Amino acid sequence: MSSFNFLIFGVYPYIALAICLIGSWARFDLSQYTWRAGSSQMLDGKDMRVASNLFHVGIIFILAGHFVGLLTPEAVYHGFISSGAKQVLAMVSGGFFGILCLVGLVMLIKRRLNNPRVRATSSTSDIMILFVLLVQLILGLLTIVASTQHLDGSVMVMLGNWAQSIVTLQPVKAASAIEPVGLVYKLHVFLGVTLFVLFPFTRLVHIVSAPVWYLGRRYQIVRQKG
Amino acid sequence: MKIRSQVAMVLNLDKCIGCHTCSVTCKNVWTSREGMEYAWFNNVETKPGIGYPKEWENQEKWKGGWVREADGSIRPRIGGKFRVLANIFANPDLPEIDDYYEPFDFDYQHLHTAPEVPHQPVARPRSAITGQRMEKIEWGPNWEEILGTEFEKRRKDKNFDAVQADIYGQYENTFMMYLPRLCEHCLNPTCAASCPSGAIYKREEDGIVLIDQDKCRGWRMCISGCPYKKIYYNWKSGKSEKCIFCYPRIEAGMPTICSETCVGRIRYLGVLLYDADKIHEVASTPNEHDLYPKQLEMFLDPNDPEVIAAARKAGIPDSVISAAQKSPVYKLAVDWKLALPLHPEYRTLPMVWYVPPLSPIQNAAESGKIGMNGVLPDVDSLRIPVRYLANLLTAGDEEPVKLALKRLLAMRVYKRAQHVEGVEDLRALEDVGLSKAQAEEMYRYLAIADYEDRFVIPTAHREESMTDAFAERNGCGFSFGDGCSHGGESSLNMFGGKKQNRRDVLKTVQVWEE
Repeated sequence: MSSFNFLIFGVYPYIALAICLIGSWARFDLSQYTWRAGSSQMLDGKDMRVASNLFHVGIIFILAGHFVGLLTPEAVYHGFISSGAKQVLAMVSGGFFGILCLVGLVMLIKRRLNNPRVRATSSTSDIMILFVLLVQLILGLLTIVASTQHLDGSVMVMLGNWAQSIVTLQPVKAASAIEPVGLVYKLHVFLGVTLFVLFPFTRLVHIVSAPVWYLGRRYQIVRQKG
Repeated sequence: MKIRSQVAMVLNLDKCIGCHTCSVTCKNVWTSREGMEYAWFNNVETKPGIGYPKEWENQEKWKGGWVREADGSIRPRIGGKFRVLANIFANPDLPEIDDYYEPFDFDYQHLHTAPEVPHQPVARPRSAITGQRMEKIEWGPNWEEILGTEFEKRRKDKNFDAVQADIYGQYENTFMMYLPRLCEHCLNPTCAASCPSGAIYKREEDGIVLIDQDKCRGWRMCISGCPYKKIYYNWKSGKSEKCIFCYPRIEAGMPTICSETCVGRIRYLGVLLYDADKIHEVASTPNEHDLYPKQLEMFLDPNDPEVIAAARKAGIPDSVISAAQKSPVYKLAVDWKLALPLHPEYRTLPMVWYVPPLSPIQNAAESGKIGMNGVLPDVDSLRIPVRYLANLLTAGDEEPVKLALKRLLAMRVYKRAQHVEGVEDLRALEDVGLSKAQAEEMYRYLAIADYEDRFVIPTAHREESMTDAFAERNGCGFSFGDGCSHGGESSLNMFGGKKQNRRDVLKTVQVWEE
């Protein structure tokens, strides 16, 4: 195993996770005023219903799919689905939602660059994060193309082992598990880990503020002084 | 019974001259920041008109306020909780900047630096959002000032419902009035109900509705939820902001800046005690006409010994109770029934009320005689249609509006007889159920309107809410999060937020060479 491979896939994920956690904690504690979704809909709402919904629905499904797909151990899912079938399921569903997300994302990028009001009020990080997501999404869709060459689920299992080894604090095992996979997968994983680094410094933080508990609260809030 | 107190406001539209001093002082104090140029916590509209933002009263379009379901419950018109969350990626009911107006400034500096040219140099407008030249300003916060724009456009005013509006487009029938607007600090605010983050809250001690700027995540549902469109999205900070009822001034016993600077002395601030247990029941009243009287019933008599005892038990300080007993708002709304809520049909139970304006007698000059109803002129002959005012203030019920207008007229008739003819003629007062003492007090509050009578505001008892005064020393007062640092002295912000205390688009301070 090359030390470069170990650095990128064995060490870097921990650095990224540490930056993500400590950075988010620091931002939440020190600068919560900057913690927001950063909507620009009121400056230009044209096509937002299509673009933003496609993008968000697509990316939420993809994120959930990665989470479940990568972190479920083989032993657990082999009870009801084979690795090969799981790979095909991931390719089809991921491909479908990936395309939805791509269409939405391209529309959002076009809007952000072309609408003078949105462009003028965008920060560098708002524009940067859209392009990082675009590259990551294209890499992800390219892995589907690459995966058509081996439908036995073997690469998927290797990637799953990498992720599971990372979260179980086995960096050496993780790096060696991912070493044999193709370049496109490695680039996708590397950029994916990098998104954790970018997370606390961009508008991505709004992801963890998804207001699901709104469903459980009463309508009115009264605060007592003191 | 759960007693709470609120510092409420009444605006006497009969005396509003539409000078916009309230709006301008408010803007100078609270919204002269980048990202908030387009926002007016207080604005003055000329009615009839579609207002600011465009057609804000058209809830079929903007879906603000509450709707009553068939089962008697109420939910925000924008939808229940699931629908609110389902629309979180793109809110279909969100006004866009052009529904308000594109904020602008003028290139004043050009007047200093222009070379010698055959024509006088002019300061041309520039967008405060993009910094780009604006060739033509298409709309503004008060584009309809004194009946600006064609009647056909202003005809869309929702208050024309059930009014034969078209005749008011004719020159000889036209009418107008001013409507200063601010956040209503409702008892049942839809903005708070529609905030997914739970960042909007009502203060128990004075009823002021605020947005916790740290907790707001900018999901922008409150903007749609509020039927008065008095929540504004700050495009620079990505957070919603609203009128804060100048709470730092209220806490210090001072009136809001809009009230303080009102040259017409039309604004009144005072404490109302109300029964918070009734909020839900009153807001879900089946008949819209009953919303005003039912809300009135929620307000408790501050001189009733039982109410005083209950208020003390609820922890309301004696200073607040005694302010409630002297409250000009209680007098105007409850004692005299002159003040009426703005659009009670939105079911938010608003707490900024309005005394309807009198207007010249229609056709008086033409026919040479005034339609009289006993000793009072007939209110139906007033130039502003009663139905229009009723649509604005009482969900279309004309009786409370007529009573208020008649009482205003009766007080004038009584005082005129007293001052001009030197006789005490109580006939007009008897007609409208006012005592002589009430009429004299009305005169004092409405015509003289001394500062001390208009504003009766108890100071907040900070000593009770501050556990450690020592820790408050060297506090930074108002800041945009980040403690006292205003996001650091360097121009680099690690978390990517733009600096709120710096202008990036248009510089306000321009330095030119000597």
